[in-house]
Amino acid sequence: MRQRPDRVELADAVLNGSRRALARALTLVETGGPPARALLGAVFPHTGRAHIVGLTGAPGVGKSTLATALALHWRRAGRTVGIVAVDPTSPFSGGAILGDRIRMQALSGDPGVFIRSMANRGRLGGIARATGDAVLLLDAAGFDVVLVETVGAGQDEVEIAAAAHTTIVIEIPGAGDDVQTIKAGILEIADLLVVNKADREGADVTVRQLRAMLNLSDLSGAGWTPPVLAAVAASGEGIEAIAAAAAHHLEYLRVSGRFADDTRKRAEYELRVVLQETALERAQSDRAGWKMLVAQIASRAIDPYAAAEHLLNTPGNVAM
Amino acid sequence: MERKIRVLVAKPGLDGHDRGAKVIARALRDAGMEVIYTGIQQTPEMIVEAALQEDVDVIGLSILSGAHMTLLPRVMQLLREQGMDDVLVVAGGIISDDDARVLKMQYGIAEVYGPGASTLEIARFIQERCAAKA
Repeated sequence: MRQRPDRVELADAVLNGSRRALARALTLVETGGPPARALLGAVFPHTGRAHIVGLTGAPGVGKSTLATALALHWRRAGRTVGIVAVDPTSPFSGGAILGDRIRMQALSGDPGVFIRSMANRGRLGGIARATGDAVLLLDAAGFDVVLVETVGAGQDEVEIAAAAHTTIVIEIPGAGDDVQTIKAGILEIADLLVVNKADREGADVTVRQLRAMLNLSDLSGAGWTPPVLAAVAASGEGIEAIAAAAAHHLEYLRVSGRFADDTRKRAEYELRVVLQETALERAQSDRAGWKMLVAQIASRAIDPYAAAEHLLNTPGNVAM
Repeated sequence: MERKIRVLVAKPGLDGHDRGAKVIARALRDAGMEVIYTGIQQTPEMIVEAALQEDVDVIGLSILSGAHMTLLPRVMQLLREQGMDDVLVVAGGIISDDDARVLKMQYGIAEVYGPGASTLEIARFIQERCAAKA
């Protein structure tokens, strides 16, 4: 294959800080396939340095605005920031409108910031299939903090917790009664809880309810109780405290040994995903054979379990 | 995974009339494209920087302020400086036929659309040009 050297060249350019190369590399990992894996393989040894921070919450709670305020704060502290902003793909047309940059204009023109919008392309869970790969690329390119903004999430979009070191869940005042706060899901993944738009009525009640919810759960053994912080992202109020809490959380992860545990868990997750993709791609590489197996299963000549065994036992399909 | 057409839709200059830009963004979404919408009051520098980071195939510029003969050539110049000549640029707005001719012939804008242009036609034009490039 002629592609291999190109990918290594692209990887080198990403590692050397070329923004154009980084943008191209991000497109490549979104497209996926063997060239993307070759690229990711080449940058992988240079990853693991960035603090990965996830931002999630319902549509309209201020994720993009908070991302911008945090990025401005980190930039003033001399840290560089990469941002991946995920928005939903239309299930009807396959197209998407990615509008997170509208609220990120204050970051425009700063060479210490790189923003990439990403459509989730039908993937549930709040992030795209390639979001983790995009984070790896921004990490490899040397950004100190990588912020991931999920799609407007409800109660079930919890994948961000597996992709980020520190997950910030954003709420706003007056959204639901206190039983909402003890339901399963998004609040459980929070390392930090932010009540944004805290200049609105009822903010103190929401803060109190969230704190009460945290006291109900027995988190004392877990070692980290998520702080509940009030903020007005649009004016910058409360941003410093959020950044400080995020830094504190990272320190807690390191000191407690959870950082190493999480890194191992993430590695296992990545391995599982890549293995599934690779095995499926190889199994389907013989299109005629694949179609024949499918037809045999459909006519009940063989069962899908035996077919899968057969594919995995075919030399070359799962060989490393 | 297929490669999706990525389009940046932006409004250079100072007018705040973004209805047209939003209609186009929506139409291109419905044609299956990924549209990065950056909003109003964008400088040419902001537009080209966003296009670079987003690695777009197409830039759609909506301009109703009358400043198109200043702002659009500037965008094209910045794209050339960044080595991004391969990005397809289309413009829409209140642009006279004479100006449109100059923008196309002299500055390399691929197409100029006025009021009443069909969004389907715009989407088809972009799809055809992107397919020809691939």
